[in-house]
Amino acid sequence: MEHTAIQSTSAKKHKPAQPFTREEFERVRRVLKKKVQFAQGDVAVAYGALLAGCRFFAGYPITPATETAEIMSRLLPQVGGTCIQMEDEIASVGAIIGASWAGAKSMTATSGPGFSLMQENIGYAAMTETPCVIVDVQRSGPSTGQPTEGAQGDIMQAKWGSHGDYELIALSPSTVQECLDFTIKAFNYSETYRVPVILLADGIIGHTREKIELPEYGDIQIIWRKEPTVPKAEYQPFADDGTKVPAMNVFGTGYHSYITGLTHAETGYPCTDSQPDHHQLVQRLCDKIRDNRKKIIMVERDYENSTRDETVGIVSYGVTTRTVYSAVKTLRQAGTPVNHLRIITNWPFPEQEVAELAGRVNRIIVPELNLGQVYHSVREAVDGRCPVTACGKIGGEMHTPREIIEAINGSAD
Amino acid sequence: MIIRFAGFGGQGIVLSSYVLGLSAALDGKKALQNQAYGSESRGGECRGDVIISDEEIYELEPLKYDVLVAMNQPAYEKFVPLIKPNGTLILDRDLVVADSAQEPEGITKHAISATDIAFKKFGRKIIANMVLLGYLNTLLNLVSEKALAEAIAKNVPRGTEELNQNACQHGIDLARQEMKV
Repeated sequence: MEHTAIQSTSAKKHKPAQPFTREEFERVRRVLKKKVQFAQGDVAVAYGALLAGCRFFAGYPITPATETAEIMSRLLPQVGGTCIQMEDEIASVGAIIGASWAGAKSMTATSGPGFSLMQENIGYAAMTETPCVIVDVQRSGPSTGQPTEGAQGDIMQAKWGSHGDYELIALSPSTVQECLDFTIKAFNYSETYRVPVILLADGIIGHTREKIELPEYGDIQIIWRKEPTVPKAEYQPFADDGTKVPAMNVFGTGYHSYITGLTHAETGYPCTDSQPDHHQLVQRLCDKIRDNRKKIIMVERDYENSTRDETVGIVSYGVTTRTVYSAVKTLRQAGTPVNHLRIITNWPFPEQEVAELAGRVNRIIVPELNLGQVYHSVREAVDGRCPVTACGKIGGEMHTPREIIEAINGSAD
Repeated sequence: MIIRFAGFGGQGIVLSSYVLGLSAALDGKKALQNQAYGSESRGGECRGDVIISDEEIYELEPLKYDVLVAMNQPAYEKFVPLIKPNGTLILDRDLVVADSAQEPEGITKHAISATDIAFKKFGRKIIANMVLLGYLNTLLNLVSEKALAEAIAKNVPRGTEELNQNACQHGIDLARQEMKV
């Protein structure tokens, strides 16, 4: 997929992306029924998407993400949306990119093998600045691995899976409620920065049921993409308006649209042999995320008022955080001061937050359901301020709190 | 309280665990449920776990269980060693032959003829899970009967609500009788 040129021939039928009215939101709430439910993480993702205004889902079923597609296929038509089962995951991202340009908030959901296939078009979404949400309910890899077992092995792939320089945003939920809440956040980030956002769930939280509470109108912020307001003749679709995020010329609104994965000028037309144009474009794609890191990065800090010499640090993310809470409680009861940094925004990576932790602890361990991924980012951010130890586990079982405690005790000196 | 239901796919193992977890959530407790089953959902190995707590639940995949409800022989043999000391074992006597040598010391064992009751009293073997659920709940006082009834009503196939409630009630009555003795 290199070029997509669309003429505004069907403008009459077109309904541009618009903020939710209260009426529309409440229609979704009626379809979702009870405020308090006992639901799976995958289901909560679908609910979050619908509440955020998602009206298009394209996907290919895969364990452990299938329930998201199942719920979307059942509920999207009830709120006036569209759900398509595609021939594969490459096409799925292609379809949500197209839907996004047609004015719908769009999403797909998959697991590792599908996420690998999606990488080409994720790069296209980044290059064309297409808002869309990709849910990766991680399972054990490589390849088809362990379909029914959860893992955290796609963290690096989420950032580096497509070729070239680009930035995107990735979030890791640790509870079923967060699957709902963070999907809404994913849409908000995606619309704000015109970037693909990855929700890095996992097979454990995806298939676990917990109590969730659905928000009411006014409880949550719902953001929609900025659309152009300048006269049509003056519009430059990829010009920086000072925010580094151009207004999006949704198809059918009458603003000229020419969308390409090739390096393009501010007009949208390809200019593939100009170093300054390529530099300007790709630098802006990266800077629109990097410059806003403070607004994008979310972490949770649970720090003690203790001296650096006596305090150990733990960096966690996603479902592993739950086990870490338990380990932290036990360690503190035994008299070991612990500073726990929970990463919510995996990408862009919270380098400053990790560096700050490194200044407060004598060592850091990084428990994760892989053989060491975020460990490398932590080490880079720590930059020698203290030792960093990986505490990886694979095979489909979570760490026990004891394993984390033993890793901490074993990492002394 | 960590409870594992285990048996074959098709016996309502996942449904039992879902209904119990939902009931606890309806009662305002912290509750978590998850399940595992083979790629063939009927006849394969199947289990459903429920964790009920007044505090936040941090361990999603516990290694040991307070309660095992075993609905077939392989499940009994595989999971009985994982019952905590002082834990509880509940068996469908019609489907499991217990072997005390395999059981951890100090556990309390209860065996009822759930499948036989389901067939003879209600004409449907498939609701043995509800007999066991009502029995388990009353025996261990896990969730309110109101929440349990609400959860069953909303999650069994339409038209079978009364049948399932009656089967559950039968289990409740069995436990009450046992506790009186």
